[in-house]
Amino acid sequence: MKCENCNNSQATVHLTEIKAGKKIEKHLCEACASQIEGIGAAVKGHQPINELLTNFVMAHSGLAKEQVANCEDCGMSWAEFRQSGLLGCANDYKVFERELAPLIQRAHEGATHHIGKVPSRGQPVGVPARRRTVDMDRLRKDLARAVEAEDYERAAKIRDQIRLADQE
Amino acid sequence: MKLSDLATRAGEWLRGDGPLSEIVISSRIRLARNVAGHNFLSRCTRAQRNTVEHKTRAAILAAGDLVAKNLFYVDLADAPEIDRQLLVERHLISKPHAQAEGSRGVAVGEDESVSIMVNEEDHLRLQVLRSGLQLEEAWELINKIDDTLERTLDFAFNPRFGYLTACPTNVGTGIRVSVMLHLPALKLTGDIERVFRAAKDMRLAVRGLYGEGTEATGDFYQISNQTTLGKVEEDIIQDFKHVVIPKIIDYEHHARRTLLSERTAVLDDKVFRAVGLLRSARLLTSEEVLSALSHLRLGMNLGRIKDIQVRTINEILLLTQPAHLQKMLAKKVEGDARRSARADFVRQKLGSA
Repeated sequence: MKCENCNNSQATVHLTEIKAGKKIEKHLCEACASQIEGIGAAVKGHQPINELLTNFVMAHSGLAKEQVANCEDCGMSWAEFRQSGLLGCANDYKVFERELAPLIQRAHEGATHHIGKVPSRGQPVGVPARRRTVDMDRLRKDLARAVEAEDYERAAKIRDQIRLADQE
Repeated sequence: MKLSDLATRAGEWLRGDGPLSEIVISSRIRLARNVAGHNFLSRCTRAQRNTVEHKTRAAILAAGDLVAKNLFYVDLADAPEIDRQLLVERHLISKPHAQAEGSRGVAVGEDESVSIMVNEEDHLRLQVLRSGLQLEEAWELINKIDDTLERTLDFAFNPRFGYLTACPTNVGTGIRVSVMLHLPALKLTGDIERVFRAAKDMRLAVRGLYGEGTEATGDFYQISNQTTLGKVEEDIIQDFKHVVIPKIIDYEHHARRTLLSERTAVLDDKVFRAVGLLRSARLLTSEEVLSALSHLRLGMNLGRIKDIQVRTINEILLLTQPAHLQKMLAKKVEGDARRSARADFVRQKLGSA
């Protein structure tokens, strides 16, 4: 569609005015629209909205530049990981934990914690490691359920149990 | 035990028996592990990569029979291309592992049911393959091997995310359960799409004969789990054994019965054309052989052919692939010469028309 005013450039601004109960539609190019009083500012003003949106999307996809430091062990940056899909070392799971968590959750049907096999070495003696992790998982699920049911008294109790278990 | 000893016989997973072997070709479980204190491979220098290879190779070979009987190690950085291709055709290493660069290898047990890839995407990729539907047996064995290696190697692990892997899609248990199914009737009736949809709903991956990025040649389909975190290994396996696989087997059985009772002529035409092709052709491509063997296997399972053994079909399937064929002929052959050698081998196994 061509601009109604100059009949030259593509019409990218579409105005609907209601004057005395009558609907008037105008299709203008950006240059002509900016000449109209009160419209010019709005046309130019849409730039920051785009930027705002881009920033919002970037922040939520974990692409924002400033926030994450590189891994001190392997030098991996978050941006590099997003490109290759492969992490550089075990420490990356700690350094990027906050950014990784939602990705991992999406890839694993919403799971956030490991409940399977645990290496027998380096585990506290006398505590069956697997049961402990499974219990933690159950506690977290209970907590989520209590919060959902708005049973805050119960939620607080479960939260304390989780804290206690975490300290062990 | 040497690599060349493998080239003329079929491996464990193609023995052709095991539970439900008329549809389930093999059960495979693999575990991804990394050694703590070393970078993952994408961040390793050449020297670091060598260190990881030496360390893990030594641990595997020291464990010896506890990992697998008469274990042997193939250094893939040194191995000629044909040997690497041979290992891919036998499902002992992945395609990317064959084509990669730098120090890497594979440890293989004598009967080929155990293999451990060193320096693939992760430092270690343990694999156990069994004939038919034998997931619990495979898990029991691989779990034991994992425990054995863990006595000398400290695996990267974190309480929240479990076993740490280079790719976060494998994190947690690091387990991949794959079952190789032969679904020719579903392919013929066109109902295979239903299986794909059902698998997708259950968060399962469907792949071809050689895993990721390969086509389902010969009507072979590999079904595997994609979720590795937030589930206990045994639960994933039980889910496969009692829910996923029986469901698909039911579909295939149903399609086979339909073919047999309502479309006998179509079925027999496919089966006997395949027999005719294999017993008569003078030049055969790999794809032609795979496709004809698929119909032959179906005809055999439905009692339409009685004079051919499943063992023979499996041998042809494996030994007519490019690297195997060339190993057998002990020379590099291509084009018509290779297709001719393949057709000769098939006729020798099945008898000429």
